[in-house]
Amino acid sequence: MEHVDGNALAGPLAEFFSFDVTMAVAKCEGCGSIAELARAMVYASDAGTVVRCGSCGQVLMTLVESEDRAWIRFTGMGAIEVARTSAAG
Amino acid sequence: MSDTVGIAPSVRAVPRAGWHVGTVTAAIRETPNATRLEIEVDGWPGNAPGQHLDVRLTAPDGYTATRSYSIASSGDASRVVLAVDKLPDGEVSPFLVDEVRAGDLLEVHGPLGAFFVWRPGGDPRPVQLIAGGSGVVPLYAIAGARAQAGDETPFRLLYSVRTPGDVYFARELEALAGTSAPLRLDLVYTRRAPDGWPTPPRRITRELLEASVVPAAEHPLVYVCGSTGFVERIADWLVEFGHDPRSIRTERYGGT
Repeated sequence: MEHVDGNALAGPLAEFFSFDVTMAVAKCEGCGSIAELARAMVYASDAGTVVRCGSCGQVLMTLVESEDRAWIRFTGMGAIEVARTSAAG
Repeated sequence: MSDTVGIAPSVRAVPRAGWHVGTVTAAIRETPNATRLEIEVDGWPGNAPGQHLDVRLTAPDGYTATRSYSIASSGDASRVVLAVDKLPDGEVSPFLVDEVRAGDLLEVHGPLGAFFVWRPGGDPRPVQLIAGGSGVVPLYAIAGARAQAGDETPFRLLYSVRTPGDVYFARELEALAGTSAPLRLDLVYTRRAPDGWPTPPRRITRELLEASVVPAAEHPLVYVCGSTGFVERIADWLVEFGHDPRSIRTERYGGT
């Protein structure tokens, strides 16, 4: 399956989060690499979206949507770090 | 803080994304395979250079298809410019490229993504832009924003394109290359070059890339946009040349 990257998550996740998730920094629990979610690999199909670590391929996150709800699973990553826009320069 | 996992980039807040209705004000053939759309978007909060939006089409039976498109324009205006490449088996792009006319309404979601963004007056490092085909769209937005702001950060664009007729924003890029703080433009033709071009058609090889980009020693910020294969090949070579992976920002649009 052809993949794109985490930039593509910005639209689908903007419905559920009030911050830009693609700029959130996460640590992969597989290989320990730390990167913005924009740098992850995204495999999307009609069944759902799988987000994999850009370094090792570990599944970081899955997104499954139906008409009236969504299931967002943070499978393979620890805390995400989000910059406060109020503190931004 | 001990449980901090990294340094989240401290970004200026980008306008909050939302769904909007846009009215197409112009649909102009950009290349034989692409159309430039100018869209007046009701309630659009403006966008940063390099951001994208999602377009949602809804069929009479309620079936929807949503696709992402980079925005070729930036700033506070409520008018956005897209340049859409027609994918042979696409669900959305053939409609946007061949069917859409001025006056048509489109559902758009955005502005989206703060990662593949460059702003004038910010980071002083030189910038290397690298585009494959329609991947030039967000890079054109970035180069255009720099020129509009009178920013003199050194800028270079390496643009791989099939034929001279396939160059997006050809006149605009030429104009950016002719300003007092010019964009240095390096075109690579992969199928057919213009008459009198010094080299035959060729692809970007490792050697050509190394010779055509701001050297790693100058610590440039690098933005690469194109098909997934193109972007990954280029990014891997850049890392081999000694570029800091954290200074390379990529946007893959899939395809081959």
